[in-house]
Amino acid sequence: MIAIHTCELLVVGAGPAGLAAATLAAGLGVDTMLLDEQPSPGGQIYRAITSSPLRANKKILGEDYWSGESLIGPFQASGAKYEPGATVWAISRMTAPELAGGFEVGYSVGGEARMLHAKHVLLATGAQERPFPIPGWTLPGVITAGAAQILLKTAGVVPGDRTVLAGSGPLLYLVAWQYLNAGIKVDALLDTTPAGRLGKALPHVWGFLRSAYLAKGLKLLRAVKANIKVIQHVSAIEALGQDKLEAVRYTANGQQHTLQADQLMLHQGVIPNINLSQAVGVTLRWNDLLMCWEPQVDDWGNTNIDQIGIAGDGAGIAGAWAAEHRGRIAALEAARQLGKIDQARRDSMARPHIDAYARAVRGREFFDTMYQAPDPFRLPTGDTVVCRCEEVTAGQIRETVKLGCPGPNQMKSFLRCGMGPCQGRFCSVTVTELIADERGVSPEEVGHYRLRFPTKPLTLGELASLPQTDASRQAVVRLKKPV
Amino acid sequence: MYKRLPESEQAMTGHAVAVTINGEPVHCRQGDSVAAALLAAGHADCRDTPVKGVARGPFCMMGVCYDCLVTIDGQPNQQGCMIQVRPGMVIERQQGARKVMA
Repeated sequence: MIAIHTCELLVVGAGPAGLAAATLAAGLGVDTMLLDEQPSPGGQIYRAITSSPLRANKKILGEDYWSGESLIGPFQASGAKYEPGATVWAISRMTAPELAGGFEVGYSVGGEARMLHAKHVLLATGAQERPFPIPGWTLPGVITAGAAQILLKTAGVVPGDRTVLAGSGPLLYLVAWQYLNAGIKVDALLDTTPAGRLGKALPHVWGFLRSAYLAKGLKLLRAVKANIKVIQHVSAIEALGQDKLEAVRYTANGQQHTLQADQLMLHQGVIPNINLSQAVGVTLRWNDLLMCWEPQVDDWGNTNIDQIGIAGDGAGIAGAWAAEHRGRIAALEAARQLGKIDQARRDSMARPHIDAYARAVRGREFFDTMYQAPDPFRLPTGDTVVCRCEEVTAGQIRETVKLGCPGPNQMKSFLRCGMGPCQGRFCSVTVTELIADERGVSPEEVGHYRLRFPTKPLTLGELASLPQTDASRQAVVRLKKPV
Repeated sequence: MYKRLPESEQAMTGHAVAVTINGEPVHCRQGDSVAAALLAAGHADCRDTPVKGVARGPFCMMGVCYDCLVTIDGQPNQQGCMIQVRPGMVIERQQGARKVMA
């Protein structure tokens, strides 16, 4: 029989939260394992930081990106075990008496399934792009701004012809700035931030003025606006083309314009990547400012499921700096629960990280209010695709609500939306909001997709390659009853 | 169309990875994902969808959206953005849903 790996603490995700958590936990003598989907550590924010071809010219990505290196060395020296290229697809509590609690974790590496036993699990699954459902967003040539940045970081691959960036928020401008640094031409940046947002955000300006983001942000904005055609108050965008993107049509200040384009890069903020948390049974709540589902966690990252913690953007969007500190705070709590440190030690060790976390989130309300994704780009109508996998449109979803379908899970049986390979990752928030919009109730009342393991597609061949334990065999073999 | 920055070209010099994309030989940088290699080689799309049969290409580049599914070395439904190029890899456009294989 193949040996099943065991650890005390399993950390899922090697972004700032996961790296910082695993480093600290291992340093406290916790037997720690870090599983991450990507081939090298860093998460999406510091993606490919150890392997990027842009290391030769650090000014393209900028110093904030390279600051992520401060997490790598300590992690590599920490003694934490690390498995890259590992996709976790199931986490379940072990019930067999001899296993004494803990979790059985299923994951795959290179198409081969494996099992791991862990006493405590810390999910540091980060963020993903918020869906940007506009007409034509499924056309080849339309990608997320995050994807554009990943191409740049991992491979030094950049657009070579007509390029339009569209949406709102800091990341969009950061990509534009990085392209400027690399000498890449951006034809236009369509900013969808509605007029009047600054007024709404102003009550939060005090925090923003004391934020470390301010000086950096202004410098970046100035550089982008001086070099790229920025169109403000864009209220509608369509990607046009037959088999690929050919043009972008947009409305600004009541006027419609069309730009020829080969690439359109979309961004309107990020949302927590919650599929694992959701499937394991963590309670979610709807965040009305950030317009997304968030796992409910306490100050230490604890969830409603014993021995499952969440840290970083996967517990609610707060950015990379905050993620790092939340990772450390959650690691200290895990170490306490695993009996490595007592509560007093946890509290004293956590203090600097709690302070640093508070500093890191200063000014977030200003950002979040300023760049909240506007209604027309969150609540599509008509033929606009909502579920990219099953190719379900906004019109179909709205019609189905009118027929009496009350929620996302019922919607699956009508339309199959959310049932394709992405398992709702790119339609979940939109479907909830569309149903809420049609019913005239809150997203919280509508609820969310119910997710089950495996959270990522798995072949039967992969499953069959799993090592079998006596417990797993007994779970499926029917015992012959004496007659 | 996408292109490589000089830093990326430089990283390829001397140790490019040779693959084929839809039968055409293509040189990639070691460490490129299949999806990045497709885009850098001028392929905006990589498959036709199972429901409506329309063209799709890589979209999120981080393993979330499953739009970059391609056939790699005869295996359909492979996530192009999550798999790195290997010498001799055969990458093919995927048409519709995968077929059940014996």
